[in-house]
Amino acid sequence: MVHAAVAADANGSPITPVNIQHRGGPVNPSAATLAARFGDAILRTEITWGETTVFVRADALHPIVRWLHEEPAERYDYLVDITAVEYRDAARPIEVVWHLRALQHRQFLRLKVELSKRARLVVASIVDIYSGADWLERECFDMFGIHFDGHPDLRRILMWESYREGFPLRKDFPLRGRFSRAEQLKQALAADPEARYSMEELSIADAFDSLPADMKRRLAVERADPDGREMGE
Amino acid sequence: MTTTRRTIEVALGTTGVDAQGMPLRAPLTVQGGRALVAEAPVLAHEPEMNADHMLINIGPQHPATHGVLRLVLELDGETVVRCIPHIGYLHCGFEKIGEYRQYNQIIPWTDREDYLNSPGNNVAFVLGAERLFGVGMTERCTVLRVILMELSRIISHVVWLGTTSVDLGAFTPFLWLYQERENVYNLLEGWVGARLTTTATRVGGMAADLPDGWLDGLRAFLKGFPKTLDESVRMLETNAIWAGRTVGLGAMSAAEAVNAGLSGPMLRASGVAYDVRKDFPYLDYETYDFDVVIGSQGDVYDRFLVRVEEMRQSVRILEQALQRLPGGPVNIDDPRLILPPKRKATSEMESMIHHFKLVMEGPRPPAGECYVPVESPKGEKGYYMVSDGTSKPVRWRIRPPSFVNLSAIPKMVEGHLLSDVIAINASIDIVMGEIDR
Repeated sequence: MVHAAVAADANGSPITPVNIQHRGGPVNPSAATLAARFGDAILRTEITWGETTVFVRADALHPIVRWLHEEPAERYDYLVDITAVEYRDAARPIEVVWHLRALQHRQFLRLKVELSKRARLVVASIVDIYSGADWLERECFDMFGIHFDGHPDLRRILMWESYREGFPLRKDFPLRGRFSRAEQLKQALAADPEARYSMEELSIADAFDSLPADMKRRLAVERADPDGREMGE
Repeated sequence: MTTTRRTIEVALGTTGVDAQGMPLRAPLTVQGGRALVAEAPVLAHEPEMNADHMLINIGPQHPATHGVLRLVLELDGETVVRCIPHIGYLHCGFEKIGEYRQYNQIIPWTDREDYLNSPGNNVAFVLGAERLFGVGMTERCTVLRVILMELSRIISHVVWLGTTSVDLGAFTPFLWLYQERENVYNLLEGWVGARLTTTATRVGGMAADLPDGWLDGLRAFLKGFPKTLDESVRMLETNAIWAGRTVGLGAMSAAEAVNAGLSGPMLRASGVAYDVRKDFPYLDYETYDFDVVIGSQGDVYDRFLVRVEEMRQSVRILEQALQRLPGGPVNIDDPRLILPPKRKATSEMESMIHHFKLVMEGPRPPAGECYVPVESPKGEKGYYMVSDGTSKPVRWRIRPPSFVNLSAIPKMVEGHLLSDVIAINASIDIVMGEIDR
């Protein structure tokens, strides 16, 4: 089965697409099968620049992705990317975006879940389906503060663990950061570069007792206040 | 599609397991240029090793981590039991900054993320931006961009091969290959004026057309480079030390590699013939005659063979591009995107206003979004761009292939020796600029 939306020559071999329409055009057939199978969990379908986007209900995301991954006729076996989009229009919800690809069928599908900013930003993790989702979800959490329910190790990944300024890619986060330069410098100078092991790592060597005193204090504070990093919600 | 030729048949680490389930490493001998594995040694009795596990920290400042990567390893003796990577030391918020820049102003940032592949990133970015603007490119521009992408692939793989051979104890290929990299940088400097941070493209065209005589320089490079490559590869391919330090290490099966989202040479070494240039073509790649190279074992040695063969295929593509390079303009004829000639802008009122508005306000794409993947040397790279109709993107997302490839490193190194972590980490071909962004 060769996807109609992927440009192909007479033999079905893919070719470089030309003259792609802004709206409309060939739709990914998976959108119709999804709508037939999951009914009202599929909110709407958009086609922009030749790519099909399916908006799904947040609570149905995990079964939908699992079905897309396992159904032989779909076989979306490759997770390209997980990210999120927040619009400049503050009234618009945050969109979490999954880019899926079926290597065999040469299909590309974009799934979106809209999350209201008024509620806790949470969607299901799909690490159990695609192991490659691990760091992508962590980055999305780190940058947008979106929680992936069921992720085994949802920690910050690009920012450091004790980062307290919020979530950098949110639109209410100023380009220069939340804290002043003086405050950022003060925190950087006060930090002990040695104190960067997580509790999980230290459990390896039973090394907690032999730590420097300030690192013990830091870890004790983090254990007492595990939600401290969630500032900005 | 071709499969890598493995002239060496050794299976280090797979000659059996000892009583504790740890892989046995058999000594290596060389006969007539071929590396052979002796019979696995038989342990007469189990050594008493009840010591605690050890915590080892590699990086963030370590020459063998290819950037500021930090790996926290839990060791049982010398065997890695667990690996916890830490990244983010180079994070500088490219995606955030992109939301405050016009599309053409983002191109310099793409130089700086995967800085070994700057020209390729420039092309990848404008392909996405042009989709968002709904414009195409001229025929000459298409071929010039193919030349850029393939040159960029060659210099990236050359750096990979050079630095990896240094990591594993071979210094000569590094010097030979860096000489070739220098040749490419001289070519790029002659074309766009910069060596590392090229910013070679613009939305709708290129920064500049080729200078006179540039193609002769490229021809000379294409004549010399395959010889250097062959010589460098000959030093490694059947070298017992190289084989002993790469064969059987960090193997990923095809199913594991796909599930982990690996791409590029990492995925193809595991035997999955997925190449964006073939499966989702761009820049008319379907009209070029080249092979997708796949490996069979998915180990470090296969990744080496795949990358080497990809460089040879890139040379083939470049030769075809040289033959078909048409004349004509490099920029499209679209005043919404392309600046008027400087001479006109300083002499005619209309052109000056046009120039001013394009520079100060920037071109505005219609509201929409697109994801255009390309095959970068590291894997599938794509820029996901969302526009709300203003001159600056709402979201500019880099799909970083090294980031996803590196995320599989715990799975690859666990069970291997500490010294093999260096080889496996090198085989991923990470660029921290792209991982941390």
